[in-house]
Amino acid sequence: MMPLNKKIFGFVRGAIAVLLLLLPTALCAQAPKAPQTGKPGALIDLTGYWVAVVTQDWKQRMVTPAKGDFASVPLNMASKKIADAWDPAKDEASGEQCRSYGAPAIMRVPARLHITWRDENTLQVEIDAGTQTRLFHFGEWKPTGGPATWQGESVAHWEAPNGTRPEEKPATGSLKVVTTHARAGYLRKNGIPYSANAAMTEFWDLAKEANGEQWLEITAMVEDSQFLSEPWLSALHFKKEANGSKWDPTPCSAIW
Amino acid sequence: MGPDALFGYMVTTSVRTWQRRVNDGSKRNTLMRQPIAALFLALFASTSVFAQVDLAGMWAAREHQDWMERLPGPDPVDYVGLPINDAAREKALLFDYSIMSQQEHQCGYYTPFYNAIGPQGLKIWSENDPVRGNRVVAWRMSGFIDIDVTTIWMDGRPHPSPNTYYPYGGFTTGKWEGDVLTTYTTHIKSGYIRRNGAPSSDKATMVQHIYRHGDLLTIMSRLEDPVYLTEPYVVSRTWKLDHRANIAATSSACEPILESSRFDTPGLVPHHMPGKNPFVDEVSKMYNLPVEAVLGGAETMYPEYRKKLKDKVKRPDKCTRYCGQDVSLGLITDGSGKPTISQ
Repeated sequence: MMPLNKKIFGFVRGAIAVLLLLLPTALCAQAPKAPQTGKPGALIDLTGYWVAVVTQDWKQRMVTPAKGDFASVPLNMASKKIADAWDPAKDEASGEQCRSYGAPAIMRVPARLHITWRDENTLQVEIDAGTQTRLFHFGEWKPTGGPATWQGESVAHWEAPNGTRPEEKPATGSLKVVTTHARAGYLRKNGIPYSANAAMTEFWDLAKEANGEQWLEITAMVEDSQFLSEPWLSALHFKKEANGSKWDPTPCSAIW
Repeated sequence: MGPDALFGYMVTTSVRTWQRRVNDGSKRNTLMRQPIAALFLALFASTSVFAQVDLAGMWAAREHQDWMERLPGPDPVDYVGLPINDAAREKALLFDYSIMSQQEHQCGYYTPFYNAIGPQGLKIWSENDPVRGNRVVAWRMSGFIDIDVTTIWMDGRPHPSPNTYYPYGGFTTGKWEGDVLTTYTTHIKSGYIRRNGAPSSDKATMVQHIYRHGDLLTIMSRLEDPVYLTEPYVVSRTWKLDHRANIAATSSACEPILESSRFDTPGLVPHHMPGKNPFVDEVSKMYNLPVEAVLGGAETMYPEYRKKLKDKVKRPDKCTRYCGQDVSLGLITDGSGKPTISQ
């Protein structure tokens, strides 16, 4: 028969093992702390000056393309009809020269970006071409319900790497931005339209190169069942610049 | 030693120690050793030590950027947006498309950079350690058309000597940075950075950053070439996960044939003599662009170049060719070679 003290030791041993197995669960249960958001929760530093490096769709981005140049855009017949009637002089005369500078199009415009924190929960992205400003709202921000604007309303949050625990703040991650409520405009300078119901989802990532260069990679998906036959996907890259010496705000232009 | 290897070592060591002590009848310190083993198991089993992204799948191409370059192909002498130097430009101007029809070139592959500039979808799969199946030894990216399979070695092996063999697929290693797989490719054969003869040399190296966001896969490719580029050439491209896509892992077998009797002429090498390329101003006329823009260079990649062009470019009134990608908008023909819908 096993002595009493061995029975006690065996019981204690088993109890400790069970407690240790349950420990992580208990710790997690006691740490419901929500991940930080906005500036305090930033997983990557997007602030600074960035320049668009135009190596793709050059003839559609660096110059105003001809009427009817729809290459690369999955437009539908309704969209084609509107684009065929594009009249830049009319847009200019009616004060609609910013139509190709709306949120679904602006990141494809050859431009420089100046990214700063407007406040703890608002990331501000200024674009020199067309002198536009996008605001990315973090946290509990609610849409204003006001009239649609060129840059619409953008809700943002940080995406941590796969497997990150809620209490952890990882060393890297991505920014996800969803933009709606943009005023109807053009996806391309030559009048390919997007509707007021268009929605754009973006993922902003950083890349650091061995030579010290920093790149911003934006994966964008524009959805617009009125004017697109499928979501329009694009990937755009921007190189970080040391300062704003080349920052050159210019007004919108429908013609050039 | 990586975290997964450390975890495996610790668990194995703890279990072996415990087994040895049981077999030896040893009672020393067993009161504490069992809970310590349990502690290791509890803490590590609750942590995601494999906190990376599964890239495997069928990634369908969406030609939503550079449609013309990727599908019908670029015009001759169109180097806009390429950071090429004078040597590259001179070599590119000698290029004649017919060289691709020569029997010795028909079965050649483009370089691994073609994943960035080509039209193809991607099939990606992993090769796992046959003993410890949880470790990815390599990722493979399909070859499909005109390109070899790219193998991304994840096991920390070094790049071989620059004097060794240069395979069509190059030699690539990768490492995770959070959820981003960053790869580095060397041993790239000389080739093209645009399908109209803009060259890359065998000194070129490539870094790719591979981002997966749900069903979207974006690859930023950055090519450096001390021979032909004045600064890195960066191209970004996005694919969409499509489980129904049937993307081949490798190209079909290729058998060279005589495509034209012209190529039966011994010693024929299609080319343009220096200064004699007849297409040098074709794109310039078609798009009303200055010839210097068409001839490329790093300057053409930056926004200030657009401002420089402002007073030099007159927009063509109407697009007349390669105007749209949607089959409903003109690529279906009635057999006459003309689009069914006028553009």
